[in-house]
Amino acid sequence: MADTTPLGLVETQVARLFTADDPLRLTGGATLGPVDVAYETYGTLSPDRDNAVFICHALTGDAHAAGFHEGAKRPGWWDNLIGPGRPLDTDRFFVICANLIGGCQGSTGPSSIDPATGRAYGLDFPLLDMADFVAVHRALLAHLGIDRLLAALGGSLGGMQVLEWALRYPEQLTSAAVVAASSRLTAQNIAFSAVARRAIMDDPDFRDGRYLEAGVVPRLGLRTARMMAHITYLSEDAFSEKFGRTPHPDRDKPGFGIDFAVESYLDHQGRVFLERFDALSYLYLSRVMDYFDPFSRPDAVAGIAADPVRFLVMSFDTDWRFSTDHSRRIVKHLEHARQPVSFRDIPSHWGHDSFLLPVPRYHDTLRAWFDRALREGL
Amino acid sequence: MSLRPDLALIAHLVPNDTRVLDLGCGDGTLLAHLIAEHGCAGTGVEIDPQKVLAAVAAGVPVMELDLDSDLELFASESYETVVLSRTVQTLLRPKVVLREMARISGRLIVSVPNFGLLQHRLRLLRGRMPMSKELPHYWYETPNLRFTTLVEVEQLFAELGLVIDQRINLSLAGEPLGKRFRAANLRAGAAVYVLSR
Repeated sequence: MADTTPLGLVETQVARLFTADDPLRLTGGATLGPVDVAYETYGTLSPDRDNAVFICHALTGDAHAAGFHEGAKRPGWWDNLIGPGRPLDTDRFFVICANLIGGCQGSTGPSSIDPATGRAYGLDFPLLDMADFVAVHRALLAHLGIDRLLAALGGSLGGMQVLEWALRYPEQLTSAAVVAASSRLTAQNIAFSAVARRAIMDDPDFRDGRYLEAGVVPRLGLRTARMMAHITYLSEDAFSEKFGRTPHPDRDKPGFGIDFAVESYLDHQGRVFLERFDALSYLYLSRVMDYFDPFSRPDAVAGIAADPVRFLVMSFDTDWRFSTDHSRRIVKHLEHARQPVSFRDIPSHWGHDSFLLPVPRYHDTLRAWFDRALREGL
Repeated sequence: MSLRPDLALIAHLVPNDTRVLDLGCGDGTLLAHLIAEHGCAGTGVEIDPQKVLAAVAAGVPVMELDLDSDLELFASESYETVVLSRTVQTLLRPKVVLREMARISGRLIVSVPNFGLLQHRLRLLRGRMPMSKELPHYWYETPNLRFTTLVEVEQLFAELGLVIDQRINLSLAGEPLGKRFRAANLRAGAAVYVLSR
């Protein structure tokens, strides 16, 4: 019900931040224009513009973090965190969430129309870098008239973007919260991404990325990619607790269909994903994660050394997509760069997905940390 | 804000405008004081979840880590002072932790409850486990794993190449006992050591 959320109805806005004449210059050297960015805001920007918090979303997230869209049955993806009285209290904070470029939910991505050709970019879309995400969201802040953020917060890929932002532009962030993230994917992480991409690109309907013109979608590949990713988002215990070996209610005799509840779950996750996500975006955004390795840059911590940022790094003890070791590595780099860092490894059954759930110890920590940020100011 | 006497004593031993690592920082009271009043920067390490949350709320950078195994996260020579206050007796591997502390900083402040206190000895003579204001727990519920006397702990410091720059003897109430106090191993409830390599 639309009126059960304290935040009420929200709408996604779109801003054109770069144009064909004044394009975005990407880290890889290419240019991109026009660039549109979809975003939402919650709460009110203070007269001194000192209460802004930026939310960076994960691989398949979008700008709709909280509240309800008109007619929607479900709220935004981080509604349990953002809203009046929530840990990120919109009565006091001004919260911004924007869709990544390369995405498919309002921001310019590989399935957007390339004005030079009049058709979708497809695989002609330039490769992206974490720094490009930051550059575009900085342009959005400029568009909104906000110089500095009280904090940036992100989970998974979002946490990686927050880390990149803090390392490159520490003067713009007072506090940075990096949750269930990584500064360097392992071979296993990349391997999972590789299989997902292979599933998409080997789908006959992928058509070298020109599927939109053919009026098809590489459904099988995208679905398989999502099903596999979902396995990595939960812990083994979470799967056991949620499904065990419960048979699917429609099973009459053993076969190769959906015999177990867990198969039904994965099948459902795969199907609903097709309605909201684009195969090309999956390729482009997942590849950015594979290459992200900020601390390998020789001058990685020069910026924060000169202009420290208050970091909060959190992991979940059952997360095996980005295990606690990933967060510890981030903490170690930041600690060695003499940053004020807080770190917690939160006990939770739910694996990587925990960062989206209202785990009490996790939310209590965020609440205390944001309250502190507001108290200390910019 | 008035600081608990043992914390005030330690705060007094930390030079202004320096970096402090507080191992077993609790709710962050000491660090918050050092940051606010002494111009220090610092990090706390704590393993109790409620205390970690309290330290976050107090605005203190705090890491939820296990001192016995996780100090490798900290760089060598990265702090001017490292504090281990009322914590050494709870460690599984105090020797390893002290060695790590000496790697992280050239200056260590360590407070140690004294098992050798007369009151403890008398209890043991009567066949009872030592208990006092400094060791208030029954044997089956104490967080303390390692019991030492001042004489014994000083032997360990020597073995680790740590020099005692200062020892402040404390009464059972935690009050400093003054420079002329004698027979500390028998009469002090605890001691605060300032150590260097």
